[in-house]
Amino acid sequence: MVTTGMDRTRAPRRAGPLAVLALLVAACASPGAVTQAPTTAPTTAPTTAPASGEAPSGSAAAPSESAAAAGPNCGTDPVTLNAYFETGFDLPFKLSDEFTKQFPNVKWDIKQDQFTNLMSSTPRLLSGDNAPDLIRLPSMVSLVKDGLLKNLDEYVTAFGWDKFPPAQLAQNRVAADGTRGSGSLYAAGLNYSLTGVFYSKKLAQQIGMTQPPTTVDEFEALLAKAKAANLLPIMAWNATASGGGLAFPLQNLMAAYGPTDPINDWIFQKPGATIDTPTNLTAAQHLEQWVKSGYFPKDVNAIEYTDANARFGKGEGVFMFNGDWQDAGYDKDQPQGVGFFVFPPSQSGGKVAAMSAPLTYGIAAKAKNADCAASFLNWVATNEKAREIDVAVGGSNPGGPPDLPVPPAAAGSVINETLAAGAQVGKDNGAMDFIANATGSIFAQGWTPELQSLVGGKEDAAGLLKAVQAEYEKELSR
Amino acid sequence: MVGWLFVAPALVMYGLFVLQPLVLTVQYSLYRWDGVGPATFVGLANYADVVSEPRLIETLFNAFRLVIFFSLIPVTLGLVTAAIIQRVARGWLGTVSRTVLFLPQVIPLVAAGIIWGRLLSLQGLVNELLTAIGLGGVTRAWLGDFDFALPAVGVIGIWVLLGFCTVLLLTGMAKVDPALYESARLDGAGWFAEFRSITVPSLRYEVGVCVTVTVIAALATFDIVYVSTGGGPGNATAVPGIQIYILAFLERQVGLASALAVVLIVLVLLVILPIQRLTRGDA
Repeated sequence: MVTTGMDRTRAPRRAGPLAVLALLVAACASPGAVTQAPTTAPTTAPTTAPASGEAPSGSAAAPSESAAAAGPNCGTDPVTLNAYFETGFDLPFKLSDEFTKQFPNVKWDIKQDQFTNLMSSTPRLLSGDNAPDLIRLPSMVSLVKDGLLKNLDEYVTAFGWDKFPPAQLAQNRVAADGTRGSGSLYAAGLNYSLTGVFYSKKLAQQIGMTQPPTTVDEFEALLAKAKAANLLPIMAWNATASGGGLAFPLQNLMAAYGPTDPINDWIFQKPGATIDTPTNLTAAQHLEQWVKSGYFPKDVNAIEYTDANARFGKGEGVFMFNGDWQDAGYDKDQPQGVGFFVFPPSQSGGKVAAMSAPLTYGIAAKAKNADCAASFLNWVATNEKAREIDVAVGGSNPGGPPDLPVPPAAAGSVINETLAAGAQVGKDNGAMDFIANATGSIFAQGWTPELQSLVGGKEDAAGLLKAVQAEYEKELSR
Repeated sequence: MVGWLFVAPALVMYGLFVLQPLVLTVQYSLYRWDGVGPATFVGLANYADVVSEPRLIETLFNAFRLVIFFSLIPVTLGLVTAAIIQRVARGWLGTVSRTVLFLPQVIPLVAAGIIWGRLLSLQGLVNELLTAIGLGGVTRAWLGDFDFALPAVGVIGIWVLLGFCTVLLLTGMAKVDPALYESARLDGAGWFAEFRSITVPSLRYEVGVCVTVTVIAALATFDIVYVSTGGGPGNATAVPGIQIYILAFLERQVGLASALAVVLIVLVLLVILPIQRLTRGDA
């Protein structure tokens, strides 16, 4: 999770397995709260099948024109990429299908698992005999320390990734001392997600919001108006199963009241970094105030990610802090009804910032087809068709060379709004990783229980930051 | 020799999947190890961490609080239920109620946890029923409430384990000599006197089994808690099983996780052995 952070990882990832189970349960009668689930979970399975059918094996496979592109490639002999994808997310499956269409000698042996399972099994998979050529990475630093991940530096020069915007690759770099953010490259992103504030256009109109707020004060005024109008101001999830979703607004507030660099330093485990700073305290106090004002659902500590989205889709909640991976879900629930803005700065005209993380895939150090896997990663970032799939299916910016245009999404889709917002964040250099990704368990052991305690009135803003910092230092000292 | 041959398959499996992991767990608990890289011998340092860290100790307390719900209540209620079925519902009604009560044993705990998660949610059936009988004021998201999450998990435990205890105790009751009840009745004993003087004492061994199994279920619980609350809110329902999982697989502190597991095993033994002695004793 490290990288994609919160984004899909922490929160939604967990949601996946439960969605499947919820389906089973729904089939035997439970009430309908989970109707949302079907949209994500089951769709991935079928996509794996066509891969083998379309790829003529053996010598008949003609190498496509573009196979001759510079750098390492998949050659012309039949090759089967051994891949581990994440259940519940269509994108890698669709991309692998398209890759086989263009390079028919490449077949796929795809296994999939829930994100939480990947978190626990990745070290074993990477160190095993049949190490994956391509795998969705939940975290990196410890894997790098154990020498399980392939160093991608040779591909950086071979493919010209060094011409990509440096910030794109930074989150996947690990230095010799084990800090993230600089050093050698160990993974690449299939795309780059963005988080911010989604809103129901209908309800926003009802409270007189004609354009997105430009300062935190304006946003808070809107929250108060929504409350006064008897609407739920913010839909959110904060149940343990999905992880503390209140970390989204908290980190947005942190970046509004302070600079992003210290936050990234903390996530990347730079020596001496602390999350317990005066500006972060201001941010946490604002969140505490939101809680006390009743801006979140009163059962938020029991709401899981999928339920929160389902309830927002049914019109409960004016705003919702989330990431662009949910774009397709929002489009489906409320066609043309959902808008998006990046969380505003504290001062009008200030710089905007947002959590943004790559959908990280790496190559095992022992992978048999590393060159082919790397060429796939390069293809995803540079091929026109792949980039279109990236936007249409993944909903996120495909990254890649700065001179390549980002393909547009369907008219009226909220994807266009998140893509535009991404450009704005890029201009302000406001990309942050997610505070839940600082260590393997800071989310489970720190943020989630502490944010739940804040909701339950068992902890205040200052105590929350102190407790998380103490947990962080304890984990790093082990 | 032939005897050994018969036992061998089971023994091999037991050694491979129970004894070996047990020994390895004890070994791991003496090391600092991330599960893949090199391991460093640290002696008892992991155990020092376990006893000095409030969060880990807290999970043990939570586990003991669960004993009330997973063991005390199901065994007591099971005794009463079995006695009632035995006395008033020997026919098809008894079969039906036995089956219904035992059903939770057949349902995977994960599914049970999810169903109960729905039932206990803010808009769930439990709150609907409470509202219907005029108790709308007490409705809440039971599993997300700091004070009620643990008892709510406990209710799930009661639901799961009541049937097991009832069926086991019913079987035991069937073995009690009916002449005892007859003579007691001739002496003018009522239902409760029979229950107290004949049924319960005759079931000493069965009660011992029930208590043993349910206490272990409480102390070593993982699935129900993991699915219904994940240990939250805060650490209100965090149990050792959840912490072991987080420490081993998220924090990748295999040594510390193993140390907590060993402490848990020792605690379970400390609790179970006296129960065994008490109920087996000189029966």
